[in-house]
Amino acid sequence: MTSYDPRRVRSDTPLMNRVINGHPITYLDSASSSLPPRAVIEAMSRYYELRHANVHRGVFQTAVEATDAYESAREAIANFIGAPGGSGEIVFTKNATESFNLIAKSWGRANLTPGDVVLITEMEHHANIVPWFQLREVNGIEVRFIPVGDDFRLDLSNIDELMTGVKLLSVTSMSNVLGTINPIKELAEVAHRHGALIAVDAAQSVAHSATDVRDLDVDFVIFSGHKMLGPTGIGVLWTREDILADMPPFLGGGGMIADVRLDGYTPASGPTRFEAGTPPIAEAVGLGAAVRYLEGLGMADVVRHERSLTEDALTRLADGFAGRVRVIGPHDMAARGAVISLDVDGVHPHDIAQVLDQFGVCVRPGHHCAKPLMRRFGLAATARASFGPYSLHSDTDVLIEALGHAVSMFG
Amino acid sequence: MSNLEDLYREIILDHYRSPRNRGELASPPAIRVEGFNPLCGDELVVYLNVEDGTLSDIKITGHGCSISQSSSSLMSAAVKGKSLEQVREIIGTFKQLMTVHESTLAHDGEPAKVDLRAIGELAALQGVVKFPVRIKCATLAWNTLSQGLDQLD
Repeated sequence: MTSYDPRRVRSDTPLMNRVINGHPITYLDSASSSLPPRAVIEAMSRYYELRHANVHRGVFQTAVEATDAYESAREAIANFIGAPGGSGEIVFTKNATESFNLIAKSWGRANLTPGDVVLITEMEHHANIVPWFQLREVNGIEVRFIPVGDDFRLDLSNIDELMTGVKLLSVTSMSNVLGTINPIKELAEVAHRHGALIAVDAAQSVAHSATDVRDLDVDFVIFSGHKMLGPTGIGVLWTREDILADMPPFLGGGGMIADVRLDGYTPASGPTRFEAGTPPIAEAVGLGAAVRYLEGLGMADVVRHERSLTEDALTRLADGFAGRVRVIGPHDMAARGAVISLDVDGVHPHDIAQVLDQFGVCVRPGHHCAKPLMRRFGLAATARASFGPYSLHSDTDVLIEALGHAVSMFG
Repeated sequence: MSNLEDLYREIILDHYRSPRNRGELASPPAIRVEGFNPLCGDELVVYLNVEDGTLSDIKITGHGCSISQSSSSLMSAAVKGKSLEQVREIIGTFKQLMTVHESTLAHDGEPAKVDLRAIGELAALQGVVKFPVRIKCATLAWNTLSQGLDQLD
């Protein structure tokens, strides 16, 4: 039994004490980066103060402790997402983007040949588009897109046709622009029925709902530490042990080898094969602490709270501005997360974000690294508000009030 | 709020709502130059007609935030009908206006040594320097215009 209370999470989060332009901070940019609780910051500080040494092969006491701390973070993450093969299936990367690059440049190069298709969607982040375009340049693969309908959801009406020749379906679990939650379990079933693998960009969902890779029956899952209350500079790639075992190395260097001779090298096995050089040790420790903190909150309660925040905000945005504020994303709460993109008639997103900043409100203007999606809806940019486990209904109060100022200022 | 009113002065909002010299010119003969701000997605196209060393006409299309749109409108009004020499002078003065002098900013937020009377309505944009991330918005049209003039050389 957990006792999740968003106000408690807020008081655990030091940055929530900031005052911006004379106002207490109203942080509505968790989809970009979440705010770490004290437990994460302190775990990283304690690591540097007490245990820091390089990991692996160290014999002295702190080197052994550093290695234990690094590897126990790997275990914590394996448990958090229900990795069937345990920590041996967790690769640490720099961020979600690097995780996708690892899949494309290691698994993709080894397994895809000219004419093979990678199927992605129109609502992907650039991190799940550009690595495939880059692979296309060297491997002659085809990159195909599942369209997004006017209801801001994937149009799966032709999915069986789209699956022709597909070796990998790579899809986001939740759009970072629309908030749309995609039916991953259903898509995994479709992919496997067509003999393809499925990769899931869980960056937006991993801290906002429970992730169980076994239940989803997927083949790759990637996410970033800093979007789940952890530090920047660390991301995760999970894949099944049998897939990982056949993947060639990604970056070369120390740590990823079993042997190096004058005539060549033999790569290490397991996740370390993909972790060349000194890894982000403190960041792994911080991410481990973040995962334990999230587990302590209880994801089911977090989901319920964020749904209530989103539903309330959507209603108030629709009611409050006489049609001038349009939500770019599903309006109903079915399969929708706590990301709200706004298009305000006559006010550019940058101007909205600028006015809101004067009230201490942090929202993100721009294309959110999803330009194909923005083009799909004829937009150059939106202003995006997103919630986290520390968000409160009072944040929406401040957002609505500040938005009112922006709207009236530009007339 | 005083900072915000400094940024969004009435002249700026007016030029944003009713941009001057909006539209296209037949190209050729007009010089056509595109400007992008990849950070915000702002896009501009500037059309220039040059006759006998004078910028006889200028038109601008595109989309962007109030700062980029009003800056392009104010620019078009300031340079239209001026000799190329005067145009380059105005560009130089504007760029100087947009240069952040941290030492002066620390005191009163005013940039150093620009004769504000000489630049007329353009002075309304001086509040932008207090918001460094927005300077790129304000300079987009001007950099695009500079590129167009470079094509003449």
